[in-house]
Amino acid sequence: MARFPFSAIVGQDEMKQALLIAAVDPSIGGVMVFGDRGTGKSTAARALAKLLPPITAIENCPYGCSREDKDRYPDVCGTGPLRKRPVPFIDMPLGATEDRVIGSLDLERALRAGEKAFEPGLLAKANRGFLYIDEINLLEDHLVDLLLDVAASGENVVEREGLSVRHPARFVLIGSGNPEEGELRPQLLDRFGLSVEVRTPAEIETRVEIMRLVAAQERDPEGFAAQWAEEDDKILKQIARGKNRLAKLEPDEDLLTDAAHLCLAVGADGLRGELTLMRAARAMAALKGAKSVRREHLIAIAPSALRHRLRRDVLDETGSTTRITRAIDELFG
Amino acid sequence: MTLPSDRAGISASDPVHDAEIAARLFLSSLAGFKGMVLRGASPARDAMVAALQDALTQAGQPVRRLPGHVDDERLLGGIDIAASLSSGRSVHQTGLLQQCAGGVLIVPMAERLDPAVSGKLAQALDTGDGPALVLLDDGSEDDDAPPANLLERCAFHCDLSTSRSRSVSDMEGSAAKPCAPLDSEAREALAGTAQALGIASLRPLLFAADAALAHALLAGRNHASKEDLAAAVRLVLAPRATQLPDFADTPPEDQPEPPPPPPDTGDQSDSEDQPVPDGPLEEMLVEAAKAAIPADLLAALAQGHAPRRVTGGGTGKRRKSGLRGKPLGARPGMPRGGMRLALIDTLRAAVPWQEVRRREANVGDDAPIQMRKSDLRIRRFEDKAARVTIFAVDASGSAAAARLAEAKGAVELMLAQAYVTRSEVALVAFRGEQAETLLPPTRSLTRARRALSELPGGGGTPLAMGLDEARACADAAAQKGRTPSLVILTDGRANLTRTGEPGRKQAGEDAIASAKAIARAGYDALVIDISARACPEGAALAQAMNARFLALPRADARQIHSAIEAVQPAGRAAA
Repeated sequence: MARFPFSAIVGQDEMKQALLIAAVDPSIGGVMVFGDRGTGKSTAARALAKLLPPITAIENCPYGCSREDKDRYPDVCGTGPLRKRPVPFIDMPLGATEDRVIGSLDLERALRAGEKAFEPGLLAKANRGFLYIDEINLLEDHLVDLLLDVAASGENVVEREGLSVRHPARFVLIGSGNPEEGELRPQLLDRFGLSVEVRTPAEIETRVEIMRLVAAQERDPEGFAAQWAEEDDKILKQIARGKNRLAKLEPDEDLLTDAAHLCLAVGADGLRGELTLMRAARAMAALKGAKSVRREHLIAIAPSALRHRLRRDVLDETGSTTRITRAIDELFG
Repeated sequence: MTLPSDRAGISASDPVHDAEIAARLFLSSLAGFKGMVLRGASPARDAMVAALQDALTQAGQPVRRLPGHVDDERLLGGIDIAASLSSGRSVHQTGLLQQCAGGVLIVPMAERLDPAVSGKLAQALDTGDGPALVLLDDGSEDDDAPPANLLERCAFHCDLSTSRSRSVSDMEGSAAKPCAPLDSEAREALAGTAQALGIASLRPLLFAADAALAHALLAGRNHASKEDLAAAVRLVLAPRATQLPDFADTPPEDQPEPPPPPPDTGDQSDSEDQPVPDGPLEEMLVEAAKAAIPADLLAALAQGHAPRRVTGGGTGKRRKSGLRGKPLGARPGMPRGGMRLALIDTLRAAVPWQEVRRREANVGDDAPIQMRKSDLRIRRFEDKAARVTIFAVDASGSAAAARLAEAKGAVELMLAQAYVTRSEVALVAFRGEQAETLLPPTRSLTRARRALSELPGGGGTPLAMGLDEARACADAAAQKGRTPSLVILTDGRANLTRTGEPGRKQAGEDAIASAKAIARAGYDALVIDISARACPEGAALAQAMNARFLALPRADARQIHSAIEAVQPAGRAAA
């Protein structure tokens, strides 16, 4: 099925911005999208993966390793010429078992040939791409733990069934879920870099526009893609430029102080808040093509970077976003 | 093709008519509409399923039924272990999804579908390379519904539980033909109608637009008329309504059928440039939707609360003794359905037979190990069931309003704790002449807070009713493999009997009888006496319930919470 072009997605600016930032700096640690069904969460994530330029990988490597990876993980990579392949986008089903996710003993080879071989799982497939999990709040906790751990460390270490395998697994984790149906533990939420809230657009015009675009896309997928190719290309260039610029940007002392003040003011637990805020502001500046990381970048990304890290007071009804904007107003007003 | 006309004996408002239209539209584009939900076990539904099967078989499209216990290998395909072992080479089997790709997969008892399976089906629907679904929903209660992720992705929802029809007209699949796209007026009308009905998701809106076009084609038109839009609203949007449309300025029309198209439908496209957001077209569509909303849904919506169809066990916290927990040792079995192979035990089982098997197979000593299916061992684990703490709160006048606020506070604190203990919380309130479950077992703070804030106080004390309701809630939780425990906050002064009659003596006896029923079921219970002065009734109640008893005459929320914590065995609360 043809995927919907990223630039043709109407509205949902915060989600698109968070995805672009994660694409510029994957070390930010994934994006959590809160929202109802049918708000275009997976459409946006898929579209972004399709938008990105193909990666160069060793032809028959199950992990899609690049040449540098091969030096770091010499024993797991396959051999062969380098070939281009599309950026992987792995849609992890809710009922996936641990075996399927991290990989397991290749049963067939173990039983037939008596060989101890590793059968790569979804984490291997997602290497250098995106791992999307719809309804991550309904996923079993031990799996979420495992995913976040691998996403943070960038490699999957398997020690089971007599296997001892280490393979690269660097991916952008995108989780989505509706908090009405069950919440994610705060410890897990904290490990997501950014979190965004999406709502279905309430304006009739926006909804009509979406219907029009989807109808046009269904009628003629290729033509529609061609029509939006230029816009998509702009975003692609923006990401590429942002990636290049990222290394050159160094947040100055003032910005770090601002970040620390803001985290203290909203009462974000732990140090991850500051670190993500700093990284996200830097990625934001890189994406915008700015020469230095400025306070406006910090303010623009602060709700996404901190929203899910605030200590929740069960008796306080004020939303996290309100608390953050209030703190920003007080501090930087 | 003509649309179904009235048949003898079947009234014009029978839901089967709409279901027939929906089925025709569904057949015209399986990939576009992705699915159909048929609710209620009735002869009409059986006839409908049979007709669909016939139509698909004639069109040469595969139709399969999904067995409830399907495992990953059968669903998605994989290696057939038994065949591979006996033949000595790997034998692959194709999965059910692959086998009926491009056709239809019928899912019986969809309301009991495992989340592990529904997740994969939803994914197949999204990628579009699997089959379309026909979900058969036999759920009788509103809280027993097919998984929401599948409901969302199936275009048509038909409730046939009230249909009197015993047959449906024949159907045939027809290939999709091109049709003029919807004009902006029609799109606006559909979007406005969806909004009026409180449908936030965009998928139904897109389905409705497609359905209008398909309906036009079916009627032999090449552009969508008002009639087609009305049908799309009736079939796609109305069953998903979460609120009643409300047009303050127009008197409600009592018109169950959509009005016939006006004679000047031809110049509809001419008015394309003039958007009429609140024009008569949208009103007409909203009226059509109103007429098509099922009666029970209508009643619920009129009372102001959107029906929340929550599927049980969506969180995957069921007891899964094959997957994780404390290891229990291995037993013979096939490693599938998430069960893991116990390699060492499997080899241990195979080793003694190697000599014999080599001779049998006529191979040398250097041949690989000879395995048989009977050697396979799988691991077993003991997993603890999740705990559900059910609060039964006395919201009567005698348990003063202040105490109620404390009880609410305690529930919220418990819920915050639920993050850590992975337990769930449910809330039953009783007052006046009724007891109701305000909050089915949940871990969601958002929902709990809403249910609590809506909890009113005052009225009599139907203690027996409250206890019965709490027990029913515990039974339901136990059936889902969880361990319920009850916390009853009351002053023990029952003054309404089980049937709602006043009478202190009878009410007290009823309450004791209900308490004994809880004791018989063997649920963990705790009675907290929240009356200002401790009285013997509470203690007697606790004794009948075989429950622990706490008198907390002046406790605040935190004290109640710490008392509950202290009483619940720590190990089990953390299960």
